[in-house]
Amino acid sequence: MSSSTLNRTLPPGPAAQPAESAQAPTLRERISYQVQRRGALAVLVLVAALASALSPTFPTWSNISSILGNNAFVWLLALAMTFVITTGGIDLSVGSLYALGGVLAARGAQTGAWAAVLLPLVVCAAWGAVQGLLVAKARMAPFIVTLAGLLGARGLLQAITNEGSTTYLVPQGSWFRDLGQGTWTPVLIVTALFVLGWLLLERTRFGASLTAIGGNETASRLLGLPVDRAKVLVYLLSGTLAGMAGALGGSRLGSGVTTIGLGYELTAIASVVIGGTLLTGGFGSVGGTVCGVLLLAVIHNLIDHYFSQYGSAFTDAVNGGFLAAVVLLQTALSRMRRL
Amino acid sequence: MSSITWAPERVSRDRLLRWLQDYGVYGALVVLLVVAVALNTNFLSASNWRVQLFQLAPTLLVALGMALVIGTEGIDLSVGAVIALAAAAIPLYIGYGPWAAIGIALLLGAASGIVGGSMVAIAGVQPIVATLSLMIGVRGLANLMNGDVAKPVGDSTLLGLGENTVLGVPVMAWIALAAAAVTGLVMRLTTFGRQLVAIGDNRPASRLAGLPVRRVLITVYVVSGVLSALAGVLIVGHGAEADPANQGLSMELNAITAVVVGGTPLTGGRVRVLGTVAGALFMQLITAVLTQHNVHESYTQIVEAAIICFAVYASRERGTR
Amino acid sequence: MPEPPEPAAGADSPVLEAVGLGKSFAGVRALRGVDFSLRSGEVHALVGENGAGKSTLIKVITGVYRPDSGTVRLSGAPRSFRNPLEAQAAGISTIYQEVNLIPLMSVARNLFLGREPRRFGLVDLRAMNRLATETLSRYGVRVDVTRPLHTLGLGAQQMVALARAVQLESRVVIMDEPTSSLEPREVKTLFSVISALRSQGIAVVFVSHRLDELYEICDRVTVLRDGAVVHTGELAGFGRLELISLMLGRELSEVRAEGATAFDTAGHAAHGGQPALRATGLEMRHRLHGVSLDVHPGEVVGLGGLLGAGRSETAKAIIGALPTDGGSVEVDGKRLHQRSPASAMRAGVVMLAEDRKAEGIIPSLSVRENIVLAALPRMSRAGVVSAKKQDAVVKLFMDRLRIKASSPEQRVSDLSGGNQQKVLLARWLCMNPKVLLLDEPTRGIDVGAKAEVQALIDELAREGLAVLLISSELEELIEGSDRIVVLKEGAVIGRLDGDEVTEERLMRTLAAEAPSDASDSSAVEAHAEQTGDEERER
Repeated sequence: MSSSTLNRTLPPGPAAQPAESAQAPTLRERISYQVQRRGALAVLVLVAALASALSPTFPTWSNISSILGNNAFVWLLALAMTFVITTGGIDLSVGSLYALGGVLAARGAQTGAWAAVLLPLVVCAAWGAVQGLLVAKARMAPFIVTLAGLLGARGLLQAITNEGSTTYLVPQGSWFRDLGQGTWTPVLIVTALFVLGWLLLERTRFGASLTAIGGNETASRLLGLPVDRAKVLVYLLSGTLAGMAGALGGSRLGSGVTTIGLGYELTAIASVVIGGTLLTGGFGSVGGTVCGVLLLAVIHNLIDHYFSQYGSAFTDAVNGGFLAAVVLLQTALSRMRRL
Repeated sequence: MSSITWAPERVSRDRLLRWLQDYGVYGALVVLLVVAVALNTNFLSASNWRVQLFQLAPTLLVALGMALVIGTEGIDLSVGAVIALAAAAIPLYIGYGPWAAIGIALLLGAASGIVGGSMVAIAGVQPIVATLSLMIGVRGLANLMNGDVAKPVGDSTLLGLGENTVLGVPVMAWIALAAAAVTGLVMRLTTFGRQLVAIGDNRPASRLAGLPVRRVLITVYVVSGVLSALAGVLIVGHGAEADPANQGLSMELNAITAVVVGGTPLTGGRVRVLGTVAGALFMQLITAVLTQHNVHESYTQIVEAAIICFAVYASRERGTR
Repeated sequence: MPEPPEPAAGADSPVLEAVGLGKSFAGVRALRGVDFSLRSGEVHALVGENGAGKSTLIKVITGVYRPDSGTVRLSGAPRSFRNPLEAQAAGISTIYQEVNLIPLMSVARNLFLGREPRRFGLVDLRAMNRLATETLSRYGVRVDVTRPLHTLGLGAQQMVALARAVQLESRVVIMDEPTSSLEPREVKTLFSVISALRSQGIAVVFVSHRLDELYEICDRVTVLRDGAVVHTGELAGFGRLELISLMLGRELSEVRAEGATAFDTAGHAAHGGQPALRATGLEMRHRLHGVSLDVHPGEVVGLGGLLGAGRSETAKAIIGALPTDGGSVEVDGKRLHQRSPASAMRAGVVMLAEDRKAEGIIPSLSVRENIVLAALPRMSRAGVVSAKKQDAVVKLFMDRLRIKASSPEQRVSDLSGGNQQKVLLARWLCMNPKVLLLDEPTRGIDVGAKAEVQALIDELAREGLAVLLISSELEELIEGSDRIVVLKEGAVIGRLDGDEVTEERLMRTLAAEAPSDASDSSAVEAHAEQTGDEERER
């Protein structure tokens, strides 16, 4: 509908009416709104500034490029999770699909570079679509469907690799292998995908319907949005992105690693929620997710640097602590708004 | 005409589903046993059963707590992490004696339950969200307490809990069975049990009937935390090492599966303790049968995933009453 | 206003017409051959008490339900909508009591959801926000349209819903109790929008229980009762008393013989002295305005009023199930400080909730467990339930209330409505309450059970219980109550005592043009009075 026809269908309202201007937002509303939307960015800037001031090695290019290059593909899982959580769902299978995507890509690379790209995308998209159908059509709880998906995808992965005994290597010289190398290629690919993801969520009708479904599913149906289709699509999209992330990760590593991806879904959820996306659905922010993944990456980098004796454990504790704090904060903020 | 023939069909289909949900697990268990014995007569041997019971016990303990939580229309995803937390606590405090270490482990489980339960009952956070954040954080905390490497545990009391048998049955299994019996009695005989089911079935009505909704909810998560911690203690005793990075992984899934396969609907309002025992046993035995016949672990996992989906789908049908 | 797709209809040819609509649910006839016609450019009031079939009629027209019989015609052509979307596309928009929009999305997004203006395939935010601002300003709502919807007041949200609905080339707009959560000022804006719609030839169906509003804005009225149309006609010149008597199914001339209910009409000798229950100045935003009442031991006090008058809210406020903004509750002269159903119960005040399914029974538990649910702690030692005590109590009440169940172990959801209600009564009676609040105790139960419940209420009062009775059935209220407190729009507008407790007096009280501090039909006075309302709310 073009804007001119839309305008024409509007009836002239009661022009003579004394205008009712709704009351200005209260201070609490403004605070809660700003904390929700800009909190992650503010903390990110603060932490990065602190890190730069305290650690001479943090702001060096070699450190930053290693943060970016090594993590960028995994951040795609957070992008995928942003869409799903925006609809009020959750996708616990992305870690498994990440590993599956890597193995399928390495397996496909035996045939050719195109097979390395297409095989993981097709299989993971199909996996996501099945999960979406179970959620949307069979009305099963997303967490249980994708928890089973997590288990099943790991099983499939093990079956493909003969219980992990076969390791597929990406052949040297395949252009597929170049996709994951260095710092710039991964960063460019991931940046492009995040920009596309942002456009999808903020600037398309599909994106609006995802937000609406998470906000109020019944109302969305009454408003005429294709709820079931959007739900199937969002899990399909999530599976595809996870598979793509896995394939790119496989490209970087040069082989399909079966033991990778454990618990990645939890890091993805933590990043998304820290970024301000509501775990209950109805508000999703791709920009926030970028802040969330960067924030966690910076913190993890610092932990690696200062607390390396504790290894990755500290990272998990921080993830969980952040998540719990943010969830409580979000609940408090939404109560504040309701008052 | 069509409506006349249609109605009875519908009724019998409902009844079939109801029957399937109530007794399906026992039927499936019998069929599984028959098949297992037909394939391998050694399946009934005492040594095989001992092995199965060792593995069953922790899952069953966790599943019992999970069944209570699910009965209140909640879910507890933190159980695996609590196992890790308990495991991490053992080597740290074993110096004060085994019972003190066990006590602290259980206390940590209770503390985790209080946090999760308060988030659900007081702050009003969705159970899945509250326990998910707990799951990530508590596992991190456990790993932090323990460090990266698994620590051996040589205390004889703990090893005894994990390895000994009484009357040919592992002590672990006795503990799990006792927990199941107590849970069953609590659900049947106590105020708490009846209030729990009422709250899960109809929370507004329960509140209007003056039931202590918050207290019951928090208690349920505490019980789940303590039972998970107990499972963690037994796992440490059985394996003679504390390895929080790996112990209790995907336990939440196993426990939920046992509960759902046992006929407790995810929609709350019903807790089937015996069904949960049967569900845990069924999942344990099907894994064992598949493994014993050299079915790869990969296919075992896929089969398990399919069983979960089927069980949830079947219970969902009745949830729409 | 766009050209109507069909040739312009004459003033009298209906834009929407329902002929002989019938609809049953599980054997209960919700609609019995309803004829309803709507002319373009009219505001048509649809009124009726609970269960009269208003919402069923709306749902059949808008495609939520399919009728068992009869047809719906839009501009003369028979239509059968499979869902609300199809009805919307055909020009019938519905605005629900609860605003059905997406609270966290921006105002503009809500307005254009699913039909956003696009450029190059992407949503054109600037155009969307500009259009939204323009549109809403015509509805008197001037807000930053990029703000989330929930930051707006309910009235403004309602306007957004209305603007969205009307955007869709609507010919018919159905409003289901749109004013129930609005401030007086917002109601005024809504009415000016409705007037504008009327002048554009759009037909409006207006469902409300507030008589003053009906008389202010509506042209015609259709009264439904028990699933059938009992009156359709011009509203102007139609008396309020007549309207109310039609809604309630009572002819003024017809003085009913006593004894239509099982109540003993002799009344109860109220024990004088201190009231068992005294509620003072209960306040609840938008819902209750300073409701005070007291109930003495051995007395049945009726709470009268039309649907939406705040009767259930009063009961729930008394037991602390709904948060109040002010007021106090005393039991036997002692003030309840902690407000929750549990503490009210401890003080001896219990409530039989109106919605048996949602707020009463625990469906998957047995009859026995439902009866003892609230009393469990009293029947247990150290948390262990005493089966013996339970069985005794359960047997006592099953006998006394004549609960028909195959055994105490039968699932309560398998019982009939009347027996479920008795189970719930038993649940409360075994708490030995001092005060019993009964919200529609005989709704949806069969005649025999109804008489039994009524006789029981009598008996309980004679035994010294203080009873507050809410009933939409006039005869039940009149014959069951010793006194009646009449509510309207959340405030007490009358108290009937002794000889005044008659149907006629009650209806006259309900129909009364509100005294100076309540509403009036004239717009100017309404305005002045509404300002007063606002002040009183503060």
